[in-house]
Amino acid sequence: MRKIEAKRIKKKVKELFLRANYHIGEDVLTALKEAREREVSEVGCSVLDMLIENYKIASGEEIAICQDTGLAVLYVELGQEVYIIGGNFREAVNEGVKEAYMEGYLRKSIVDDPVFARKNTGTNTPAIIYTDIVPGDKIKFMVTPKGFGSENMSALAMMKPADGPEGIKNFVVDTIKKAGPNPCPPTIVGVGIGGTADKALVIAKKALFRKIGEHHQNERYAQMEKEILERINNLGIGPAGLGGRTTALAVNIEYTPTHIAGMPVAVNVCCHAARHAEGIL
Amino acid sequence: MAKTVKIVTPLTDEVVSNLKAGDMVSITGYIYTGRDAAHKRLFSLLQKGEKLPLEIRNQIIYYVGPAPAKPGYACGSAGPTTSYRMDPYTPALLDKGLKGMIGKGLRSKEVIESMKKNNAVYFHAVGGAAALIAKSIKKSEVVAYEDLGAEAIHLYYVEDFPVIVVIDSAGNNFYETEPPKYAK
Repeated sequence: MRKIEAKRIKKKVKELFLRANYHIGEDVLTALKEAREREVSEVGCSVLDMLIENYKIASGEEIAICQDTGLAVLYVELGQEVYIIGGNFREAVNEGVKEAYMEGYLRKSIVDDPVFARKNTGTNTPAIIYTDIVPGDKIKFMVTPKGFGSENMSALAMMKPADGPEGIKNFVVDTIKKAGPNPCPPTIVGVGIGGTADKALVIAKKALFRKIGEHHQNERYAQMEKEILERINNLGIGPAGLGGRTTALAVNIEYTPTHIAGMPVAVNVCCHAARHAEGIL
Repeated sequence: MAKTVKIVTPLTDEVVSNLKAGDMVSITGYIYTGRDAAHKRLFSLLQKGEKLPLEIRNQIIYYVGPAPAKPGYACGSAGPTTSYRMDPYTPALLDKGLKGMIGKGLRSKEVIESMKKNNAVYFHAVGGAAALIAKSIKKSEVVAYEDLGAEAIHLYYVEDFPVIVVIDSAGNNFYETEPPKYAK
């Protein structure tokens, strides 16, 4: 057994959310710069210039990239040989989120009751935590402050197996077409295929962590990613939805086994500010 | 690139009528902020025939819930939120003389019809360019609904606030006219 103090978990979670909210990944910056070179729309170019400038300002001054500093979502791989001491895991994670948002000048966006009171919890907690128990004695954190402009454009289809790859491609492209300018294009499109309704959505969001430019290891899925991306960029929605050739920077598919009677397909959209960070304890 | 049109608030009917979809605009003057919760409260006051806590005639409302300001900053990161959530409340505000809205994303048919009827304009600010946009916000104070925190109605003084006219007062919609030009 390896002992890990709860306060170290808190500290790591805090550090990761601060980093994710201030510093965009190099892969996003590179993808935006490349898109800027290719973009033919004048307005599109000026939008991309503003985004690149925005990332420089946010990182240089350590201020939030976007005012919507998101709902805190964590994917955690907890080694089964880890023994947490001096507190409990869930509280430590939430304390880390709270400290990041309270001390890091990040917006608190969580309401307690989604329907009636809608009272802000004031701490940006509770976080949403997906935990996998894995072999080993480490804890791996993958965190994302998920903004809701893009989250609101998510979609789920319980497709028939007969719908096949064409059905999946059409559904994803239609979802992005309908979303138009709303999710802050250029977006990263996460697609989860298989499992149950809920599992498809969970892996669609997890797919957003993949580095831009990397494709699925399975060649058939990689090919589907490339085809969907091309079709999305052919929609002409463009940067900020004001017209252009850059509507998405990446399409990332993850799949998981499913039931003989089904083919769930989930789409989770992320704005260009694809904020995420990873760390290991 | 088309040249940037400089405008000041409060708006006049003439200024609004002259703004066309696709114009790059830089705004200087006072603008109000408001998003979901504040709009809901303003709307319910109007429904009850009561007075609003601010004079919106000829003004602009920016759909934003800013991040907290770091010490030494006038305002935290402050990019636009998605506008369609304000659609149910918007025609009533336009009827009261609101002349401009700043946000991002699609609007309902009802909002666009009301903009045409009331001669109003919808500006697009670039979503996710929040740290950059905040540089043009020079002063910020809460003027109503302080209990709503980031969702409270703020009064901003802005200088050269960068937007683009996306739906003009004639109903021309840049979100609809532009993408087909780049589609394949």
